[in-house]
Amino acid sequence: MAEVLVHVEGLKKYFEPHQTLMQSIGSNKAGKVIKAVDSVSFDIMKGEIFGLIGESGSGKTTTGKLVMRLLKPTAGLIQFDGEDVTKLDKEGVKEYRKKVQMIFQDPYASMNPRFKIRDVLEEPLIIHKIGAAFEERKKLIVKALEEVKMMPAEEFMGRYPHMLSGGQRQRVATARTLILNPKLLVADEPVSMIDLSTRAEILAMMKDVQEHLGLSYLYITHDLSTARYFTDRIAVMYLGRIVEMGKADDIIDHPLHPYTQALIQAVPEPESGKVETIKELPIFGEIPSPANIPSGCRFHPRCPYSAAECSVDPEPELTAVDASTGLGVDHFHACKRWDRLKKS
Amino acid sequence: MEKLLDVQNLQMHYFTSKGAVRAIDGIDLTLMAGETLGLVGESGCGKTSLGSSILRMPSPPGRYVSGKILVEGRDIIPLSEKEVRKDIRWQKIAMVFQGAMNCLTPVYTIGKQMMETLNVHKEVPKAEAEALIKEYLGYVGLPAEVMTRYPHELSGGMKQRAVIATALFLRPSVVILDEPTTALDVIVQAEIINLLKKLKAQFNLSFIFITHDLALEAEVADRICVMYAGRIVEIGPNADIFGKQGPAHPYTQRLLAATPRLFKKVEKLQFILGTPPDLIDPPKGCRFNPRCDRAFARCHEEVPPLEEVEPGHFAACWLNSHS
Repeated sequence: MAEVLVHVEGLKKYFEPHQTLMQSIGSNKAGKVIKAVDSVSFDIMKGEIFGLIGESGSGKTTTGKLVMRLLKPTAGLIQFDGEDVTKLDKEGVKEYRKKVQMIFQDPYASMNPRFKIRDVLEEPLIIHKIGAAFEERKKLIVKALEEVKMMPAEEFMGRYPHMLSGGQRQRVATARTLILNPKLLVADEPVSMIDLSTRAEILAMMKDVQEHLGLSYLYITHDLSTARYFTDRIAVMYLGRIVEMGKADDIIDHPLHPYTQALIQAVPEPESGKVETIKELPIFGEIPSPANIPSGCRFHPRCPYSAAECSVDPEPELTAVDASTGLGVDHFHACKRWDRLKKS
Repeated sequence: MEKLLDVQNLQMHYFTSKGAVRAIDGIDLTLMAGETLGLVGESGCGKTSLGSSILRMPSPPGRYVSGKILVEGRDIIPLSEKEVRKDIRWQKIAMVFQGAMNCLTPVYTIGKQMMETLNVHKEVPKAEAEALIKEYLGYVGLPAEVMTRYPHELSGGMKQRAVIATALFLRPSVVILDEPTTALDVIVQAEIINLLKKLKAQFNLSFIFITHDLALEAEVADRICVMYAGRIVEIGPNADIFGKQGPAHPYTQRLLAATPRLFKKVEKLQFILGTPPDLIDPPKGCRFNPRCDRAFARCHEEVPPLEEVEPGHFAACWLNSHS
């Protein structure tokens, strides 16, 4: 059994609404609490790529920010290498960031345009006071650039971000995270702004780096197709909760939760013969506001299989499926009626 | 079938201080009534430039260099802006721009913004216009009360529906859709695609569907037109490109291989090395040659013509050429 790197348990992040002018003069009732992440539990193993899948508003990015400790959780536990990181002070968080680094979605916005690549990579070293002189830091910069195959490294160090393609920028962004020798990379939609032709190249590079350095990734995306290729395990989030979790192949070949099934059916496949058909999606309406979460199973108003029991509290918890069913080992779902659904 | 649109040898270049960017460089294209033509390629291949050129509004500093755009037989390039507004734009050809749903003015209601579009082109009494707006909101599956809502009160999918309703307002026969679902979640994307298919049948529309996502084209387009560096490299029926036979041009082949498949797990996804060329000084011969692993001497010298490889299926590649 692999060792656990990150242990998340009952993690919650509630955002209190700002008081608006209208409320302060008493003409409007107070806003509601936004439950962006509402009791989420998962483990990320050492050397594992863990995918967090969901639509906008599912809380996947907020979960990533909590793990990064860019946000302070409302409740719950995050253990990193056995150490509780939810109560770290400012200095503690700074130390923690050496071990947990982030790759952002937009490689165009995540780099200072006035910095040369050398400066982009040197900045984290200066912040964390690593390397006494530039020569010492330069060695680390070259090593990081070579790790992401930006060679010759010396030449790229002198360039500005605008001189690089989107793919190359994402390589630099990866190098910038590697320079501090982290154990976990949180990658929030790292390829969604990159051209399809280069997406695979960046994912392949990230996978090579991960295998070479034995890193763990928290890969946050809405794209199931890349998740299947890239991740070991997947957790599907809906409205602040994990509704299904398991090995990537099990989730996609045997989705158990109706929401996962709808997500999978919505993905376009490059095959002929579908132009004339209207896709029947087993889901109703739109995702509700996280300020107004439905009772019982929070998916029930959109679920075509829901019955009376689904709208009643308590909410279904993540439950492991019996391995003898052939639906996978360590495959969890949060659906009361999962065994009575029409199989897609 | 009736030919709605006939683009002949179109060249549209952006005249910048560094030189002319040859964004559209010799394109021949037809659109038949009732057809959905898919336009694919990487960013910077000229998909959007072609779309806005067909609408007779190339973005500055773009100018037509040569060629014709025949709309129902009439060349629209020499027309005055006034004539284009009166007869062509939004009347015959409408466009849903990329990211249009995020370009709605935050300070006006949806109804007011739709009214504006209507008033630019037609004089309609207010009551009648409001009735019309409600009617069109209904067609795209939105309740009439959306009229009084502001953009921030709507979800992405709802905003995109409102933008589509606005494009249909003046009953165009051709709608150019530029990445209409790119910023949306996958379930909302599937719903918008379903909606577009229904509207197409209901209003006898023809679509030019622009996206970088080949998988999405497979679901919507009758014919697929693949652009690379301002030119068409392959054009053919959906059943050829996505069927057993597969694409004929190495670029399309590589693009398809780079598309991740949900139900087919691969150990290593393929990708295309390099980036599309600088169109101020594009490579000699076939413009894909610097990135093509099957290029040979001729590819570096001569431009391959579009040649028929199967009935109705054309590719511009010396590998398939008979000449």
